[in-house]
Order: sequence, then C-alpha cells, then structure tokens
Amino acid sequence: MIAETGHYALILALAVAIVQTILPIWGARVRDPQLMAVAVPAAQLQFLLIAISFAALMTAYVTSDFSLENVWANSHSAKPLIYKIAGVWGNHEGSMVLWVLILALFGAAVATFGTNLPRELQANVLGVQGSIAAAFLLFIVTTSNPFTRLDPAPLDGQGLNPVLQDPALAFHPPFLYTGYVGFSMAFSFAVAALIDGRIDAAWARWVRPWTLAAWMCLTLGIAMGSWWAYYELGWGGFWFWDPVENASFMPWLAGTALLHSALVMEKRDALKVWTILLAIITFSLSLMGTFLVRSGVLTSVHAFAVDPARGIFILALMGIFIGGALTLFAVRAPMLAQGGLFAPISREGSLVLNNLLLTTACAAVFVGTLYPLALESLTGEKISVGAPFFNFAFVPLIVPLLVAVPFGPMLAWKRGDLVAAWQRLTAAAALALIAVVAVLAWQQRGPWLAPFGIGLGIWLIVGSLSEIAFRVKLIDGAPGEAWRRLGNLPRSAYGTALAHAGLGIVVIGIVATTAWRSESILALKPKDTTEIAGYQLTFEGIAPREGPNYQERVGIFKVTRGGRDVTTLEPSKRAFSVERSSTTEAGIHASWRGDLYAVLGDPLKDGSYSVRLYFNPLVRLIWLGAVVMFIGGALSLSDRRLRVGAPKRAKALGQSLAAAE
Amino acid sequence: MLIGALLMLALATPVAKAVEPDEVLQDKALEARARHISEGLRCLVCQNQSIDDSAAPLAKDLRVLVRERLKAGDTDQQIEDFVVARYGEFVLLKPRFEPHTFLLWFATPAVFVIALLIVIFAYRRRAALESATTALDDAEESRLKHLLEDR
Repeated sequence: MIAETGHYALILALAVAIVQTILPIWGARVRDPQLMAVAVPAAQLQFLLIAISFAALMTAYVTSDFSLENVWANSHSAKPLIYKIAGVWGNHEGSMVLWVLILALFGAAVATFGTNLPRELQANVLGVQGSIAAAFLLFIVTTSNPFTRLDPAPLDGQGLNPVLQDPALAFHPPFLYTGYVGFSMAFSFAVAALIDGRIDAAWARWVRPWTLAAWMCLTLGIAMGSWWAYYELGWGGFWFWDPVENASFMPWLAGTALLHSALVMEKRDALKVWTILLAIITFSLSLMGTFLVRSGVLTSVHAFAVDPARGIFILALMGIFIGGALTLFAVRAPMLAQGGLFAPISREGSLVLNNLLLTTACAAVFVGTLYPLALESLTGEKISVGAPFFNFAFVPLIVPLLVAVPFGPMLAWKRGDLVAAWQRLTAAAALALIAVVAVLAWQQRGPWLAPFGIGLGIWLIVGSLSEIAFRVKLIDGAPGEAWRRLGNLPRSAYGTALAHAGLGIVVIGIVATTAWRSESILALKPKDTTEIAGYQLTFEGIAPREGPNYQERVGIFKVTRGGRDVTTLEPSKRAFSVERSSTTEAGIHASWRGDLYAVLGDPLKDGSYSVRLYFNPLVRLIWLGAVVMFIGGALSLSDRRLRVGAPKRAKALGQSLAAAE
Repeated sequence: MLIGALLMLALATPVAKAVEPDEVLQDKALEARARHISEGLRCLVCQNQSIDDSAAPLAKDLRVLVRERLKAGDTDQQIEDFVVARYGEFVLLKPRFEPHTFLLWFATPAVFVIALLIVIFAYRRRAALESATTALDDAEESRLKHLLEDR
C-alpha cells in the first residue's frame, strides 16, 4: 500500500509539473497575475508529492519489502541500515527519483523564498523548472518505475554491489546530484530571461547564490568520489579520467566559469549574453552527465545501469531542452542590451581570461570523452582515449589559469593596473620562489618539474591571502586598523580568498603525491619485515574475520618508525556471499607527511602473500583543498544572503529608529 | 582531482598498481620502461583501465608480454607496434595522430583560437561602438572644460 501511494504521488507530481509548466508561462505572456500565481503553490505541491514518493521508496528499502522489484534487485535483509538507505539511490530508478526530488526542492525554494523576484521572472523560472521536472517524471513513470511489484514476493533480495557499500559512496550521489540539478536553476533563470527578453544585474544577483550552492555541492561530490576511488579501488589513484568522472567534471568546469562570469554581470552589467549561454551550457553538461551515466553508452567502471531504451529517452530529453534553449538563445540573445565597457587589463578582463581557459579546458574533456563514441558510431573504428590524452590536453590549459588566479582579485574593475597588482604579489612570488629552490635542493628523486608545481601551489595560497592582507592594510596600516578592517571585510572576500587558496592546496597535494610517491611490491611470508618511506612493517599473518554481511581475510601489519610503534595496518579482502563478489580494502595510516597505504593481494604458491605498499606524500591535501574550497563557497554564500535581505532590514531599522524618536 | 591530474603528465613517476611480485624485472631501467609502456596500454577486458592498473588475467598476460619483448631488446616503439598489430589501435590509451583522430587532437586548440578571436572581435566592436556613441565633439569638449574651470 505504501508503495502504491508512492507510485500514485509520482504520477500526481507529473500532472502538477505539467500544470506548473503551462499556466505560469502562459500567464507571464498574457500578463495575467492569476495564472502566474499558480506557479508558487504548484512548485510547492510538486515537491511535497515527490517527497512522499521518495519517502515511500525509502520505507520499502528500510523495511526490506522485497515485493518491490527494485528493492529485491538492490537490497538484502542482512545489509547494514545505512546501506539500505543508500541503496535507494544506488540504482537507476531510485537515483532518478532522487534527481527529481532535488530538482523539485530547488523549485520549491524559489517559490517559497523568491517572493521579492519580479513576478513574470518568477513565473517563467518556475515554469521552465516545471518542464524539466515533467520530462524527468515522465521518464521515470514510463521507463524506470521503482514501484513495480513482484508476485510472489521473493524471500530475500539480491544485495547491493559491494563496492557501493561504503560510507563515502553512500553520500556521494546526493551531493553530486545536488550539484548537477542545482545548475538547473541557472538554466531556468537563463531561459526565463530569454523568454522575457529582459535581463539585468538583479538577474545575476538572483542566479549567483543558486549557482554557488550547486557548485559547492558538486565540488564536494567530486571530492568524495575521488576519495572513494582512492581507498576502494586499491592502488591509491585519485583521478582516472574515467568517462563518468569526466561527466561530473565538465559541469564543474563550466559551472566554475559561470560563477565568475555571473560576477561580472552582477557587478558591472557586462558579459550578459555570454553568461546566459554559459548557464545553458552548464546545465546541458549536467544533463549529458546524467545521460552518459544512466544510459550505459560508455563502458566504464561506474556505469551500473545499462539499458539503451532509457538512453534514447534521455537523449531525446537532452535534445529538446538543449536544442530548445539554444534556439531561443539564438533568437533572443541579440535583443539583450550590452552593459559596461572595460579595458583588457581589469577585473573583468581577468575573468574573461578565466572563462576562456576554463571553457577550453572543458571542451578538451568533452572532446576526449565523446570522440571515441562518435567515431565508433560513425565509422565503426574503435579507439581509446585515456589518461595520457587528457593530461596532455588539459594540463597546458589549466597551468596558465592557475598562474593567473591571484592577479584577478588584485585588479580593479573597469581598468586595472598590472604593475601595481604584481607589486602586491611580491610576497607571494618570493615565497613561491623560495619553495621552488628549497624543494629542488631537498628533492633526491623525482622529476625536475615537481618543485615548480609546489611553487605554483604556494603562489596560489599566498597570493590569495595577500589580497586579504592588502585590503585590511596589514602592512602599512595603523595597528588595530587591520583588525577593525578584518571584521568589516565582506564575507565574499574571504570566500574568494579561501576558494582560491583551496585550489593551491589541491595543487600541492596532486604534485607531491604524483611526483614523490614510493611503492614496493613484494611477496611476504608471515613474520617477514620490510621497509618503506622510513616505516618498518612486519607482516604478522592473516586473520579471518566476520562482517555484518561479508567474510574477510585480514592481513595484519605492525608498523614502527624509528623503533616506536606507529600503528597496525589491516588491509583486507572482503567476500560478499549474497552478491557473490569481493572487494579490496586498503589499510591506510594517515599522517601529516602522507599516507602509508597497504593492499593485500592473493596468496602465492609458496605460502607467501602478494603485498603492495605505497607511501603517498601529502595526498590528503587534495581533499582538504576541496573542503577549503567548499568552505570558501559557503562563506561567500552567507554573505550573499545577508546582502539580498539587507535593504529590507535597513529599512526596518530606519522605521524603528523613526518610531523611537 | 578537482583540477584533474594536474601536471601528471610531466610529473608522473612510474607506479605499478597491479603488477605482481613475480612479474617485476630485476633490471630497474627496463622495469621503469615496462611501467611506462603499461600505463599507455588499455586492459581490453576492463573498462577504462590501463594494464598497469588492472588485476585482470589478460592484463597480466599483456604485462608479461611487454616485459618479454623488453628483455628481447625491443624498443618502446617496436613493442607498441607489436601490441597494436595484435590487438588493434583500441589498445592505446593515447590515440595516434592519424587522419581519423585529427579532429580529436585539433579540436581543443581550435576551440581556444576561435574563442580567443571571438573575445578580441567582441572587444574591438564594443570599443568602437562605445567611442562612436560617447565621444564628445569639440563644442561639448570646450563646454566641459568651461564647466570644470568654473568649479
């Protein structure tokens, strides 16, 4: 009964979404306030219905209701509760329901909090948002219904793919989807502006917080995926240029560009046409990401759902939305008025450079990901495009961008002074140079380019923080002055500095771990001792162990360093009996120097075990940097919200003061 | 991760991810070459993994094959040709620069150049437009000067 309620709610949501699409947009066209007013309750109702549906599916998973085909195929009664919950989105149907739930959540948020939006804009935005929801709900209801019953109900389920039974991956999809779907807001606003034929700085002020929130979630989602791959796939790699990774990376690149161009639009009323186009591109890439992952057109370790019929459906949806939006863009964009002018050397100019390089980098990833598919479908020739190609195409674009990053915030709007900016960055340049020389002197092995990579990271971190130092007059101001200014600085300034510094942290992590990782592959018998990166490891032997829904074979490694006990590493091989497959769990010891990483291999003929040991220097900085970027985004976002509400509050304060007098 | 495998191309030191103890060659230089070659070869039965990353039996066979050819004295290029002749170009993770991959290799630089031209073109047009509409004529200039002097 609960499942039927969920199914029914989903169908009702589809009906509501269709109404939400047609009436408000029509209303905005004929300027009928009553028709436009339908948008708000429709968006809220649609969210409520999808939430009911999602809750019903969740209930079925938590109570292990195997009369549902979807639960039977992806869950098992012996599974820990957290993975029963995560199982809801660990499969195609459930993840699509999560997708529309987040979409509806964003729509409901605009309906509820967007009361100070111009009425036509709000109606159009919610209408476009409704049309996306309608399309995806139709997709779920017709091809991917999660509420299909089985009769008779099986006794137990088939379980969830063991590599997905992992805490990081349990919460990876919700963040990733919030990122993907969050960009739908930018898309809906862009299309609404095109329908309306009007756009101004206020538009950008509305779009930016949504884009920022989506970007933050996507950043964290990608970082989680990378973190998961690092310890789960068994050799400590953190990025594989896998098509599915690329599918999430492309919207991230485009979304990062969008954040920056929307800034120009908000502050200077320039780059309007480009920002609109970028908003369309970013969400199109998100749709494409969904398509690539969900259709199974890519052969990839991540593609769990392989069903061409669904693929064609999503492809058609993509065609309609992307094609429609671009056509509308072509017709309406020339009508949009151009904004403020700026010199090439200016904050705007630097942001144009940012967009130029990010967009090209995104294009490189796009071509590399889709070219083999296109070539095969056109000529039948099969080629592979892997990591060597992507590094070759991507790195030369992104390094100049990173070098340029600290300059951006140092340049004034409209017309900047490059020499003055450079002078302000002297400290950063000096520290970066010192880092390069020091690392060159210290480095015994590893490529000669590595020290420059570390220097680039230091340059980014110090350069970003220099901006704050100068704005508060840390060096040349009176004592106490800096402190006062520190408090007065808008949070978005801290947000920018932190996000850029986070990028520097990521760079250092990537460079250090790629250049100076050590490895040792050996066959060890119990009581054998070995050494890596200053650690002494003793293989104590193998112990069998019982997990909640698996058996594992654990290798016990005593780790000492300079005679002192450090830790015991316990890498293992887990065998999942229900799913009839196994996973490799690395044993990891984290320290500030880096990670000691042990992987247990198979038993060899002579009673020894194949063991792989790695030391990954500074590898945690990669994810730490991503978290810093997230925090930077959050700070900036909190500033935005204050500012959007600020005029009202100031007015209220004025009135209360007047009343007091 | 977020900015991709930044600098990886220039920086990568060979690291074996799936290589087993019995496969490793005694000659360090030869082993390093083996790793380098392995990273560019696709494991044919896997999904998007190099033979260096993959634990699949076929990947192991290919790793052993590469090492055998190295011991026999082949150059890197000869080994690549040998593997391609056997398994087709699909095995290469970095496609060769040939007519059917021209588009792949040229697309990124082309996008960059076109985007750059658009930026330059748009800027010059805007600048011209702006100076045409906002430039003051002589009478206005003198009036402005007059006004400023008055203050």
